[in-house]
Amino acid sequence: MTTLQLENLRKQFAPDVIPVKDISLSVEDGEFLTLLGPSGCGKSTLLRLIAGLEQPTAGAVKIGGNVLNDIAPGDRNMAMVFQSYALYPHMNVSENISTSLRLKNVPQEEIKRRIANVSEKLGLGHLLNRKPSALSGGQRQRVALARALVRDPEVFLLDEPLSNLDALLREQVRQELKELFKSQNKPVVYVTHDQTEAMTLSSKVAVLLDGIIQQLDPPRRIYTHPANKFVAGFVGSPQMNLLTLNCNQNKAILGDYGFPLPQKGQSAKMIDMGLRPEDIHIATPEDELTVEGHVFLEENFGREVLLSVKVKGSDQTLRALIPPDDEWDNENIKLGWSHRQMHWFDAQSGERIEAADSPVLAS
Amino acid sequence: MAVAQQPQEQQTQSKIPTKRIILWLGVISLLVFCLAPALWQLLTSFKTNDAIATIPTIYFPNLSELTFNHYITLGWNFLRYVFNSALVSVISTVICLGVGAPAAYTLARLNIPGKQIILSCVLVVSLFPYVLLFLGLLELVKYFGLGNNYISLIIPYTAINLPLTILVLRSFFLQLPKDLEDSAKIDGYRTVPMLLQIVLPLTLPALVTTGMLAFIFAWNEFIFALTFITKDEMLTIPVKVAQIGGASVYEIPYGPIAAATVLGTIPLILLVLFFQRRIVQGITAGAVKG
Amino acid sequence: MEDGGDGEDGGEQTTTNKQQPANKNQQPTNQQPKMQKDAIRQREQRTGWILITPALLVLALVFAYPIVRAFVLSLFTQNLGTELEPVFSGFTNYVRLFGDGRFWQTFGQTAIFTISSILLELVIGMVFALVLNETFRGRGLARTASLIPWALPTAVMGLAWAWIFNDQYGVVNDLLSRVGFIEDPITWLGDPVRAMIALIFADVWKTTPFIAILLLAGLQSIPQDLYEAHKIDGANPVQSFWSITLPLLTPQMLIALLFRFAQAFGIFDLIQVMTGGGPAGRTEMISNYIYATVRRYLDFGYGAALVVVTFLILIAAVAITAFLLSKTRINVTGER
Repeated sequence: MTTLQLENLRKQFAPDVIPVKDISLSVEDGEFLTLLGPSGCGKSTLLRLIAGLEQPTAGAVKIGGNVLNDIAPGDRNMAMVFQSYALYPHMNVSENISTSLRLKNVPQEEIKRRIANVSEKLGLGHLLNRKPSALSGGQRQRVALARALVRDPEVFLLDEPLSNLDALLREQVRQELKELFKSQNKPVVYVTHDQTEAMTLSSKVAVLLDGIIQQLDPPRRIYTHPANKFVAGFVGSPQMNLLTLNCNQNKAILGDYGFPLPQKGQSAKMIDMGLRPEDIHIATPEDELTVEGHVFLEENFGREVLLSVKVKGSDQTLRALIPPDDEWDNENIKLGWSHRQMHWFDAQSGERIEAADSPVLAS
Repeated sequence: MAVAQQPQEQQTQSKIPTKRIILWLGVISLLVFCLAPALWQLLTSFKTNDAIATIPTIYFPNLSELTFNHYITLGWNFLRYVFNSALVSVISTVICLGVGAPAAYTLARLNIPGKQIILSCVLVVSLFPYVLLFLGLLELVKYFGLGNNYISLIIPYTAINLPLTILVLRSFFLQLPKDLEDSAKIDGYRTVPMLLQIVLPLTLPALVTTGMLAFIFAWNEFIFALTFITKDEMLTIPVKVAQIGGASVYEIPYGPIAAATVLGTIPLILLVLFFQRRIVQGITAGAVKG
Repeated sequence: MEDGGDGEDGGEQTTTNKQQPANKNQQPTNQQPKMQKDAIRQREQRTGWILITPALLVLALVFAYPIVRAFVLSLFTQNLGTELEPVFSGFTNYVRLFGDGRFWQTFGQTAIFTISSILLELVIGMVFALVLNETFRGRGLARTASLIPWALPTAVMGLAWAWIFNDQYGVVNDLLSRVGFIEDPITWLGDPVRAMIALIFADVWKTTPFIAILLLAGLQSIPQDLYEAHKIDGANPVQSFWSITLPLLTPQMLIALLFRFAQAFGIFDLIQVMTGGGPAGRTEMISNYIYATVRRYLDFGYGAALVVVTFLILIAAVAITAFLLSKTRINVTGER
């Protein structure tokens, strides 16, 4: 049973360059943690801190309770798959795979057995004598994976391993990755900026911005309960509607409409409302909340149509994802959604405001 | 519009040959400028003494005006100096790469305090004319009794090529994908084995490039060789050839000098012919020394 | 402790990212302030020093020691008058230097040689670079040919040039008389002005390829679409050269100039072999004067003073060029 723990990890390169500010988390055996965030959010630095390629300014990396800070990357028994795969160009596939074993003086027989094992698992058997330059992108990616798997490490680290594959292959490899690491039953830390990968692969996701974890939750919850405005806007495509609204007597005002605030007795002047385009539909009589407006932009995705709608009495825009066979009137469209689908955030801090249990039903 | 366009079209049509003509004029003058002096020396080395001394000058000698005699005059003995130069140049080049490559790697990748200062010192040092150094070195050579010892050339030659070696190799190391070294660290390599087994194999071309530059500079060096080596049989090519030239004031043996010039530069010509691309790469990578 | 806090604030402020960052953890300042003793980094540093020390030692021995030694020795008189024993004499050598007509003469000659050869090299090198940057059949051959002068030993080719400029049998005289410029052969290396011209010519021949190679690399780094855009704006090739090529090549030109300045200023072997400084010292350069002072007159103290002065002039030139270079870098790329 191994647990990877990060305690108050901080990395500071210069007084104003602090890619990782204060991060604590833990990953258990069989857990698949994804570090998700835009470029420059500190996710890659964090992974490099775990691997030992960078030394933390403060805080600790632990495995099973032992602090690893002073242990060289090669002695940490972690395997890492690089975005560029980082295969040694002058070694053939089997040498590439076995380098770490040879450096650890694993007996020759054992090395052979393990190479055979892993290359069978990944379908590399016929490529073992080739140099990386003679491999396709997908094959190189497999070799990089094989190199990690063959070590039987305590922790797997993956740095955007799919981003150099073309779209079609990426989807296929994504599925394989999921099965592969499920069978390994080791802590996995996976870095990506691609929310689809994060959502489909992980057992939990850490959304990072500016070196700080914005939210650490299972993928589903990240989607349904974004912890703040950044997460709300970053996860989900098309992006969530985020509108800053004025408040007036327990209501948030959008044009001619008012929506009950999430908590009674709220005194703020402004509040941020979030609403996912896919949660908005053409209004039906049963809808609790509706607005009218006119469509000024229509983007057809085939499966759906994304409508940009100016809300009546306001110059703010709502975007709604509508099935293409729905019918609407461009000049005067009526959109509807339910209370439960609304997200509220503090206008100042951006923090999520949880709706009070019993939403006040009023229009 | 159509009227305005027509002359323009004509102009561009007539422009293309003009441009080509200018280009070819440029190419030809470049070739003449670069090659003529060397070729003239080559021709002189094969002309008989009479042909050399004929006025007006003979540019296209006939067979009776050609001879191998100048080379025979120089004799096998001359190869001795070629060997001396080769020996000193090869040894100093090898040492230079051996000392310079690790230093370049440190400056490219490892964090040591004062790295920037060291780097700028290396840059500045590469600008020093050797005449600034020979006085201090002469004292050292005397003090350690190294006169007429190739060590007194090998160490300075190593040093004068070090800045270039370090700068060129450093720029090659910086171009290597960093992931590769990170991956090697995770695989368990320590720095030095990683340098030997992962980094150096990948920079072999750069080592060859730098080595050739270092070899050429060592081969061509004059002032140290002139100062520290006085024994005739130990002289290097540049000094020996200059000596032949300066030996007699009135009867300058042009034929043998030309032959000596040719023999002493053949190794360099061969290097340039075979490794032109690499040498250019090296010069630009270091932006150093000419 | 405070440092960490300050850094934190700075970090927050600089992150003016699209979405306002929601500061979930507002209190990261109260983390362990202790800097960890970092075994891995220390090991890396130690390895770094081990790897770089041999090179530093060699450089110190061959570059630093002679320069430092020259500074020290320049304060001593050590010549035949003192029976080659160093006798402290303060700034005597420098005082002597100021009144030394031969020094000022060689200094002036060195300046003339340096400036004319560098300027010529820059112009011709630019032409060559432009030629080599075009596509034509045999370009590889032309590039190889252009490397030949650079690769050949100056001392050896100096003899070749002496032969070319020979009064009686030299090619130059022959060609000039064939064209009809001169009636009778003229003296080249025996005439002060013409000897200088011959030296400059030989140096230009030898070092133009170096400049051409550097400029060619610069040319190749200029994106083609700049020229295309400029052409669409209505510019002709000459205008493009002045308003795109030259400005963007400035860094390469400065670097080339710096290296060439240092080398031309320290020119030794070409003069030694071609003219020996003659006639009557009229082509003697500082290097040759230093060499003669030390080797022929055995005046070590004064030679050291000459070395120091030359060194300081060079350093000043380096500083000026480095300054200009840092300025153009900003202008050209807009970075830093």
